[in-house]
Amino acid sequence: MTKTQPNNTRDEALLALIRKLVETPGPSGQEGLIRAAVLEEIKAHVDEVRTDALGNLIARVGTKQAGGLRVMVSAHIDEIGLMVTHVDANGFARFIAIGGVSPLSCIGGRVLFMNGARGVIGCERLEPNSAPTLEKLFIDTGALSREDCPVSVGDVCGFERPFLDLGAHLVAKSMDDRVSAAVAIQALRALKKTPHEVYFVFSVQEEVGLRGATTAAYGVNPDVGLAVDVTRTGDTPRTVKMEVALDKGPAIKVRDSSFIADPRVVNWMVAAAKAAKLPYQLEVLEAGGTDGRAIQLAHAGVPAGCLSIPCRYIHSPSEMVSYADVENAVKLLVQLLSEEIKLD
Amino acid sequence: MSPTKQITQSSRKRIGKRQTELLAELCNALSVSGDEQEVREIVLREVKPLCQQVEVDAMGNVLATRIGSGQDKVQVMIAAHMDEVGFMLTQDDGDGIYGFSIVGGIDERQLVGKPVIVGREHVPGVIGAKAIHLTTPEERKTALKLEQLRIDLGPDGSGLARVGDRAGFATRFSEIGPSIRAKALDDRLGVFNLIELLRSAPENIDLLAAFTVQEEVGLRGARVAAYHFNPQIGIAVDSTPANDLPLYDEDSENTRYNTRLDHGPAIYLMDGATIADRRLAEWLMKTAEGEGIPYQIRQPNPGGTDAGAIHKTRAGVPSISVSVPQRYCHTAAGLIRKSDWEDTLRLLSAALSRLNSKILTPSEA
Repeated sequence: MTKTQPNNTRDEALLALIRKLVETPGPSGQEGLIRAAVLEEIKAHVDEVRTDALGNLIARVGTKQAGGLRVMVSAHIDEIGLMVTHVDANGFARFIAIGGVSPLSCIGGRVLFMNGARGVIGCERLEPNSAPTLEKLFIDTGALSREDCPVSVGDVCGFERPFLDLGAHLVAKSMDDRVSAAVAIQALRALKKTPHEVYFVFSVQEEVGLRGATTAAYGVNPDVGLAVDVTRTGDTPRTVKMEVALDKGPAIKVRDSSFIADPRVVNWMVAAAKAAKLPYQLEVLEAGGTDGRAIQLAHAGVPAGCLSIPCRYIHSPSEMVSYADVENAVKLLVQLLSEEIKLD
Repeated sequence: MSPTKQITQSSRKRIGKRQTELLAELCNALSVSGDEQEVREIVLREVKPLCQQVEVDAMGNVLATRIGSGQDKVQVMIAAHMDEVGFMLTQDDGDGIYGFSIVGGIDERQLVGKPVIVGREHVPGVIGAKAIHLTTPEERKTALKLEQLRIDLGPDGSGLARVGDRAGFATRFSEIGPSIRAKALDDRLGVFNLIELLRSAPENIDLLAAFTVQEEVGLRGARVAAYHFNPQIGIAVDSTPANDLPLYDEDSENTRYNTRLDHGPAIYLMDGATIADRRLAEWLMKTAEGEGIPYQIRQPNPGGTDAGAIHKTRAGVPSISVSVPQRYCHTAAGLIRKSDWEDTLRLLSAALSRLNSKILTPSEA
């Protein structure tokens, strides 16, 4: 394993795409801007594209040939965020989480509201040795009073943190799951020939319960489905025991706490990785769920799996992935979609 | 206190004696999740003359369709749940004494000493407890647990109930000046409002009215009702807690009230089950502002309504909820303001009249 990726072998267009996607705000339910950004990137390369009733962006590439299937690939474009519940007399905004937000990673953080307002997250005085809860936190927008506050109940913000390029590793606030959206976009563009009708779904509201993928999978009604999402790793000091690590290739999900990947899909993915001579790792995630579950349970049931991008510090403002894993994930996804799919 | 009074008094009255009597009949009926027969019968009686199609589905939802005559109609599903939180008898101890479990969300600390009614015959009983004379100061510091409580029907009641029967609070509907106190206002207010909307539905929509079952145990009825109707828009009409009493600690501001009485209908932006469609939220807020109807945004909080099931149905349904604020929700006696009830009905009615399919154009914000 090389310690750092030489910069001259990196695809600058892919890096620019990731930067653009992670820096576009889009907490669950507020995916308008990120949807437009994705549409801009894909519209020249798709046969058909539409936005469904919940806001999922659904793009078709290819038509079903002999031996082809209808394949759904889902990467979610929403990110975790906060929603204001109350602005007090002094102009401090209380909030509730949108998705799985950790109070610890909030304190001192900066937020960007969908209306353009900015703020920082402060905390009440805590009892010694007590962990903060979200109820103890507030957003300070610099307002002097309630009347002066640029936000009110129901306003939504995302975390604000610029993209950081560390060479071999890339860091951003919403690698979960914009890095997968970037992987899907790159694969969509690179997919020159396919026997399949591939529906790339850029799904909404994943972080609040796989809601977008639920309705998208019903609408697409696929023969087989793949989520593309980040997964945890076990490669940092004194963390949970987990086989997955950065830089060892994209992960092929065997199971997580939301679903058991169809073993035929796992086998298909492993065979594709071997055929393309790509590194891969098998993933068992003890806590976490992806759009794969929603696809699997659609209609009368769909064989489904998940292509995972290993990611450190998930749901913090500094989620870290490996550039090499991202590039290999694109190659694996293209390989998966280019050939006839044998599920056995 | 109330900025709403003046506006309400100047507007057309929608709540009179007839309306209050129907709400009273609905609230006094017993309709615990899974056994909604009593409310269903009232609903069927009221909606049959108003709708082209009325059916009861496999789960017991009443599905009533009122077809509009206009062009470019929007298919709007409105859901109000017929069930209420309550109890189920689980154990027959003899002599009319029954162990029970809770159906839906009720704080078991609040059960002691409450009068109840059991079964379709409304057999009167009480959740009894040892009299204070016989308790020790130590005992009085701890709330009794559900396992320690029994419903007592008296020895003559033992033949009148059986394990599996539902029971509910015995509170009778009453008006207190500008307020109403009753059990099951969650969601008989919604049921009433939906019946009223059917009476005067505008011609620009097909109103797909779902009087749902089993909301309190997980939005179960709405799920199949939405599948059946396959609507373009979903609206849940419900009742939501108002925790708007002043804090005892006077230095602190009450930042977690959910909603407030006298501030009008509560429009949802997010709860535990749904992120409301922003286009629908704008539509409701603009309607309220245009018509001079007060409204409030329900604080984004956990909790859920039938919208949580509707919006995820089939290929997705843009959905939102509107609730009447209620103090002491899911207890023996809730308290609402008639003005909030009336304004909720006015808002829904005005909003439906303004609805057209342009609202469903994908938003890019």
